[in-house]
Amino acid sequence: MTWKQLFTSSLGKKFTMAFTGFFLILFLIVHVTINACIFLNDGGQTYNTVAHFMSHNWIVRFLEIGLFAGLILHIIQGLVLWKQNRDARPIKYYSNKPEKNSTWYSRSMGLLGTLLLLFLVMHLSHFYVGTKVALYGGDQPHNLYNEMRETFSYWWIVAAYIIGVIALFWHLMHGFQSAFQSLGLNHKRYRPIIQAAGLGYTVIICVLFILMPLAFYFNWLA
Amino acid sequence: MEHYHMNLTLKVWRQKNSQASGNFDTHSVKNISSEMSFLEMFDVLNEQLIESGKEPIAFDHDCREGICGACSMYIDGQPHGPWQKNTTCQLHMRAFKDGDTIVVEPWRSKAFPVIKDLVVDRGAFDRIIQAGGYISVNTGNAVDANALPIDKKKADDAFDAASCIGCGACVATCKNGSAMLFVSAKVSQLALLPQGEPERQSRVLNMVAQMDKEGFGNCTNTYACEAECPKGISVANIARMNREYLGASLGSED
Repeated sequence: MTWKQLFTSSLGKKFTMAFTGFFLILFLIVHVTINACIFLNDGGQTYNTVAHFMSHNWIVRFLEIGLFAGLILHIIQGLVLWKQNRDARPIKYYSNKPEKNSTWYSRSMGLLGTLLLLFLVMHLSHFYVGTKVALYGGDQPHNLYNEMRETFSYWWIVAAYIIGVIALFWHLMHGFQSAFQSLGLNHKRYRPIIQAAGLGYTVIICVLFILMPLAFYFNWLA
Repeated sequence: MEHYHMNLTLKVWRQKNSQASGNFDTHSVKNISSEMSFLEMFDVLNEQLIESGKEPIAFDHDCREGICGACSMYIDGQPHGPWQKNTTCQLHMRAFKDGDTIVVEPWRSKAFPVIKDLVVDRGAFDRIIQAGGYISVNTGNAVDANALPIDKKKADDAFDAASCIGCGACVATCKNGSAMLFVSAKVSQLALLPQGEPERQSRVLNMVAQMDKEGFGNCTNTYACEAECPKGISVANIARMNREYLGASLGSED
């Protein structure tokens, strides 16, 4: 058993998806917590302080490399799986009733993931690029809170973010518990807990994220 | 249960051999009893075809009591038809009503090539079993059945896994054409018992390697396999195989 065999086997690919998935699940907790500082309603003071720390602290910057590596691995592995799984059935069924045996979102992870990737391109161009330009080129202190207010003053951007978070919701609804199963963590006593935790996590993360563009658009914040 | 008769239209996949492209043929059958099994209805249809000088439809069947796993038919969009935990031979015509049109297709998977009509080659499963689905037993007298203590729960779980009949419905229904429910049942059945211990690591590694070689897809945990399995094999077995594989691939020095 070489390392290459492990990582290229069907099960190895599941492990990669699960490990990187877990990593991204943890990242979202950090992301949503920091962004939720806008709800302190202090004109973005706390939020901008934390955002400044995140963009300047070298440990965070180092972890950021890991985040992108994990994200890219998750995307590439997902595309490889999508192609291999499509090739495993060259002739499709004439009559098929998958709704009788599985949920639509568990069968649509590739589609939901693609939507998320498109969303990410837009999201990074909105906020990540601006932060980096400010970090390396700007002499003014970067006010990310005002940048959010500006970005979310357009209804179509708010609509795009809501669609993005809905895609994230269904992706997590399957992905959270699926990652445990892939790593072999399926136990009669813990499974209901994992499923409840997955539902709780997904709802909390997505509701908080969706409230952010809405809060700016409808001027709920100072 | 009410007994009734029905007339049906059948849309059946016909394919001369593995090289031919194949197409659907429409047949009608009349006066079918609700107490017939689906295969008996096919027998009636084949009699009809033979009498009119046509080639009967080739389909796999053997025990006709739900334990051999031969009767592979994708009926109206589900393996073994609309009933849960059921094989085609145990699907009875009372599942249908007069005037229904029923679509019957073979299993669709790159690893299960169609041999003729509804018959597919499930040799890929045999080769996976050959790769590791065995235990080594010394020659000589058989060991006394109760000499080796086995935890009751583990014995039960191993028995549940062993009830897999290798029909291939899991592969047929999986959107990815993955064979993981089958392979995990075979791995679990032996990994749970002391008799399976000597080959425990090499078994899971070799069976998964063979599964990948056969061209099956990868599992994405939709759990369609468990829902369609005629024996109700649990996806907990897939999790067990994942654990076994992770442990074996990280720990094995081979």
